Amino acid sequence: MNIFVCVKQVPDTETKIIPTSDGSFIETASIKWIMNPYDEFAVEQALLVKAANPAANVTVIRVGSVKDTEALRTAMAMGADDAALVEAGDNLDSYSIAKALKGAIEKSGKKPDIVLAGKQAIDDDALQVPQILAEMLGLPSVSVIVGFELNGSTVKVKREIEGGALEVYEVATPVVLAANKGLNTPRYASLPGIMKAKKKPMAQYSLADVGVSDADRRVKYSGFKLPPEKPAGKKFDATDAAKQKEVVAQVVGLLRTEAKVL
Amino acid sequence: MDFSLTSEQREIRELALKFARNEMIPLAQKYDDEGTYPKDVFKKAWELGLINTCIPAEYGGSGFSSVDGIIIGECLAYGCMGMNTSFMANDLALLPIVIGGNDAQKKKFLTPFTTEFRIASFALTEPGNGSDAGGIRTTIKDGGDHWIINGDKMWITNAGYADLFVVYGTIDPALKHKGISAVIVEGKTPGIELGKKEDKMGHRSSDTRGVKFNNVKVPKENMLGKPGEGWAIAMSTLDHSRPLVASSALGGAQHAMDLSIQYAKERVQFGVPIAKHQAVQFMIAEMGMKIEAARLLVHKAAWLCDQGERNTEVASYAKAFASDSCMQITTDAVQIYGGYGYSKEYPVEKLMRDAKLIQIYEGTSQIQRLVMARELLK
Repeated sequence: MNIFVCVKQVPDTETKIIPTSDGSFIETASIKWIMNPYDEFAVEQALLVKAANPAANVTVIRVGSVKDTEALRTAMAMGADDAALVEAGDNLDSYSIAKALKGAIEKSGKKPDIVLAGKQAIDDDALQVPQILAEMLGLPSVSVIVGFELNGSTVKVKREIEGGALEVYEVATPVVLAANKGLNTPRYASLPGIMKAKKKPMAQYSLADVGVSDADRRVKYSGFKLPPEKPAGKKFDATDAAKQKEVVAQVVGLLRTEAKVL
Repeated sequence: MDFSLTSEQREIRELALKFARNEMIPLAQKYDDEGTYPKDVFKKAWELGLINTCIPAEYGGSGFSSVDGIIIGECLAYGCMGMNTSFMANDLALLPIVIGGNDAQKKKFLTPFTTEFRIASFALTEPGNGSDAGGIRTTIKDGGDHWIINGDKMWITNAGYADLFVVYGTIDPALKHKGISAVIVEGKTPGIELGKKEDKMGHRSSDTRGVKFNNVKVPKENMLGKPGEGWAIAMSTLDHSRPLVASSALGGAQHAMDLSIQYAKERVQFGVPIAKHQAVQFMIAEMGMKIEAARLLVHKAAWLCDQGERNTEVASYAKAFASDSCMQITTDAVQIYGGYGYSKEYPVEKLMRDAKLIQIYEGTSQIQRLVMARELLK
């Protein structure tokens, strides 16, 4: 059984994001990169399947810059067997990333049975790559999964829908699944795991190797800027019973006209 | 000269720090309050390979260098200096075996610590002998085919949970240092009597007790080295362990500084965050300067160990400077937090209480200066 896990490297959640001076992207030099937290659930699920099926092979793939390979090394330290890196800038669009992932899967020469990914990356929050990838591979896909049960060649997955309810699907493999928080509890990479990871193979490809060119870009970023600073909160004094009616009307009015939430 | 960590060391650091943030910090205050022994956290850390870093690879360990060990130690102390005392005590007890044990002893006593979660305890100090460790009164008598241990030990970390003790005693008090010997005692051996858990100012989660050895019989082959070689083994152990203890001061100090910076940016007085006031800036600058200097000393002390060079002098610099700095930095952290800092609602008062012990155990700051002077004046 071949399991592929697509991971993205994203800025650590505590990073202070600064747009570049020309606004074309964000400053990446001082960023501490981590594995996208949703991808950790995907890696963990792959490793759980491997634990139950020792013959399974788990390959992690990432598209991004080479200067720091944290996410792939972490995944291999957690227990993935091998990795593939497609060298690219950190600001590709979802379509190009999906196409590069597809190319890397094909390059491996292995036929995928299960492709896992996080439901979204916490940097651009696009929520697109798993679905585009599934479409390109001609495979079914289910996103936002919080339950996974493999029975032979079908997977029973649960996915969260509005109102806290769950949808249950039975999907035939091969399949692309995108993980949500709650699917499992990702393990830590152990120290012996970190040592072993160094000896695990990591294939490296260029975008051209996997058939991606500038022409594949569907989204062009026109600029990056920080959101406007939040104005200070407003306080209303309604301790005087006689004035309460007036204050309530004022609050409701502002919620309607200023905050625009009513 | 290269001051950078290897990529492997950076990953080790990442993991240890993640563990400290997720598994230790959320429990630190509670365990301190209740005096709960952190056995669950200890076991989790062991499962990830963060414990017993001194065990060589040929006996099942991960083959870490001293520098690797102090990188991990600093991170775990960042999580909680008190819990880390319990963790570190394992290394402190196993180091004499690593240093003075023969192959059979290492196989028999070190390897089980790599295959299952076990707790070790180092028993050197006595009620009447702290800094003057040479004045040991616990006796180790020849009983024919075994040794018989009698005596009182005090301030023994992990004693209440120990699967194994390394006990120092004398074969003849008249021989002074030359009579001191070290034996390995299994935790379940009859005659070991545990005192009550000490109610301490800080490191309240760590288990510290007096232990009485009443005619405790151990096999002859459990002695480390020859009778009378215990002092040399103990001194060499301290050369290895002092950088580790110093690294725990570093972790506590770093945590205090990170909290101080965060708070100073949030707390507003006179219309601006207090970080804008020079009085506070100077305290934070002082913290950064001391931590950087301490870290260089600690790393050098461990690096010398890895080169197989004598590090007695530098290890003392590192231990004294890092622990004294940690005390100053945690005290200033409470100062920056002001009234809130003095309250148990905020994390810095615990750091200040915990810091104090690092100036005391494993050779007080005064004893370290004695060692330095002895090295410098010889």
